[in-house]
Amino acid sequence: MDLENQKRVKEFAEKYGAENIVVLLGAAEAEAAGLAAETVTLGDPTFAGPLTGVSLKLAAYHVCEEVLKEEYDANIYEEQVGMMEMVLDVDAITEEMNNIREQCQ
Amino acid sequence: MNSVIKGASYVLSHAPDMVLRNGTTQTTEMIVNPDSEYLKELPKHLRSYEDVVAYLPNQTYIGNITPQELSAYAQPWYDKKAEKGETVDRYGKFGEVMPQDEFYLLMQACDVFDLVVLEKGFVADVKPRLAKDPVITEQILAQIPEGIDLAEIEHQVNDEHAEGLYQNDKLVGCVKRAHDVDTNLSAHVMLENLVSKAGSVLSLRHLLRVTGIDPADVEYVIDCCEEACGDMNQRGGGNFAKAAAEIAGYTSASGSDTRGFCAGPAHALVEAAALVKSGAYKNVVVTAGGCTAKLGMNGKDHVKKGMPALEDVLGGFSVLISANDGVNPEINLNILGRHAVGTGSSPQAVITSLVQEPLARNGMKITDVDKFSPEMQNPDITKPAGAGDVPLANYKMIGALAVKQGEMQKSELAAFPDKHGIVGFAPTQGHIPSGVPSIGFARQDILDGKLKNVMIVGKGSLFLGRMTNLFDGISFVIQPNSGADSTEGVSEEKIKSMIGDAMKKFAMSLLGEQEEENG
Repeated sequence: MDLENQKRVKEFAEKYGAENIVVLLGAAEAEAAGLAAETVTLGDPTFAGPLTGVSLKLAAYHVCEEVLKEEYDANIYEEQVGMMEMVLDVDAITEEMNNIREQCQ
Repeated sequence: MNSVIKGASYVLSHAPDMVLRNGTTQTTEMIVNPDSEYLKELPKHLRSYEDVVAYLPNQTYIGNITPQELSAYAQPWYDKKAEKGETVDRYGKFGEVMPQDEFYLLMQACDVFDLVVLEKGFVADVKPRLAKDPVITEQILAQIPEGIDLAEIEHQVNDEHAEGLYQNDKLVGCVKRAHDVDTNLSAHVMLENLVSKAGSVLSLRHLLRVTGIDPADVEYVIDCCEEACGDMNQRGGGNFAKAAAEIAGYTSASGSDTRGFCAGPAHALVEAAALVKSGAYKNVVVTAGGCTAKLGMNGKDHVKKGMPALEDVLGGFSVLISANDGVNPEINLNILGRHAVGTGSSPQAVITSLVQEPLARNGMKITDVDKFSPEMQNPDITKPAGAGDVPLANYKMIGALAVKQGEMQKSELAAFPDKHGIVGFAPTQGHIPSGVPSIGFARQDILDGKLKNVMIVGKGSLFLGRMTNLFDGISFVIQPNSGADSTEGVSEEKIKSMIGDAMKKFAMSLLGEQEEENG
């Protein structure tokens, strides 16, 4: 994850409390989504950014995960994400996100 | 009359030592984690010049292997060699792969403020080789002096904040700072800017070879790289375009810089096409050099996966846009896609604005476009870094939108990328892969009647500059020449006959006036 974004996520967590933040990812690949999720939960796996060694354990989900769908307005989801859902390997992404969340527990 | 694409040139410069010393992934690591395993491992993953020349995507970029031929090789490509009789050479139809040492000399030739200095022995060794490059002129070579002692270079690097230039990890020269205080003229910035300028100059020289145009006929040059040149009072004052045109020998050209992150080249091409169509200029060149900061950008992933650090080349390209000659493919300015301020940043909104909307406005469907050329990043580089196959992802999105629009069945989606896509082959140099690498091949395929149209899609991440959260993009369509009346290429006979007709009419009118006076 971009170093500046790591800094911003860290600042939000400090300002609002980690328990009040949900990170919603839109990465197109399972690996990229997993890396971003790992960064905001366990810490920066590349040891480069402000979240190196910082385990924020934020709730992290990918926008296409089924478990989140009931939270959205279906029409807006279709308008904004419907096309991408057709393109993405949602199963692989969901599996990767579940893995990270399990490691986090 | 639409303006036409008369030709395009594409160049690469091998830069292994710059990967280590100037790529921001590495320079950041040196600051935050100077003893890291990565920094120790990376040098072992750098490729030789010969391997870089032989690398299939590089041969595609300079025009020796077509994207179709490249796609016949199974990925990954870094462990493959050309084995189907393709030409593999330093020089290609569109340009060349220049070795790092020769590129340092070209940088010096591009420097008019004596900031680049090189060691005597190094210059003596490399200059004769650079002189053999068919696009390097005597005037360019004359800008490269004999060189200085290594001790002076060491003094500049150790005591005067100069940026070292290294060949095989050995100091061979440096770029001096251009000001004692102004960070905009620091050695670091000057090096980045001179690298960009030199890449642009090399591609401008090749463009003359590719198109056969007399440089004196080019009236305007637009630079679309992602660097900024200026000083503390005007940090991005410019003008890379005119600076590069000067060294490349475009004596009649003026110019300016256009910026838009990775979308810069597509913006610049639309501007060039409009300037020519309006009649303001007859020949406009869009050009850009490469970017040292992005060298080795995904190096950590490449090293981790035990593969070569593939981001070891600087890119460059130039495209000549001219008044309609009745032959060359046209840029259709009616089919312009724009990502507007209010478009939104979801991929769906972006693809709709850049692809579906401009086509629909012109009574066309997505499937009416033969080939799309979006971000043409080489998947060999991006896939191991977890970013996937970027052009393929774009084709899938465009296809999915066609399904949503009811233009094709979902079952046809899987075949869409092969049918309407071009495999990615460009280095991940930001603006370099963005839409434009396919123009050379697209022009040829349209001329040969193999394609009826190609859509170029440029996208840019404006939020990186922290001035706006907006995304950006622009697209246009290249199509066959309409063959309509052309103001160019009127024959001598035709001109003589037109003058003859005019003189006859004049004589007749005189005769008439005399008759009236007499009458």
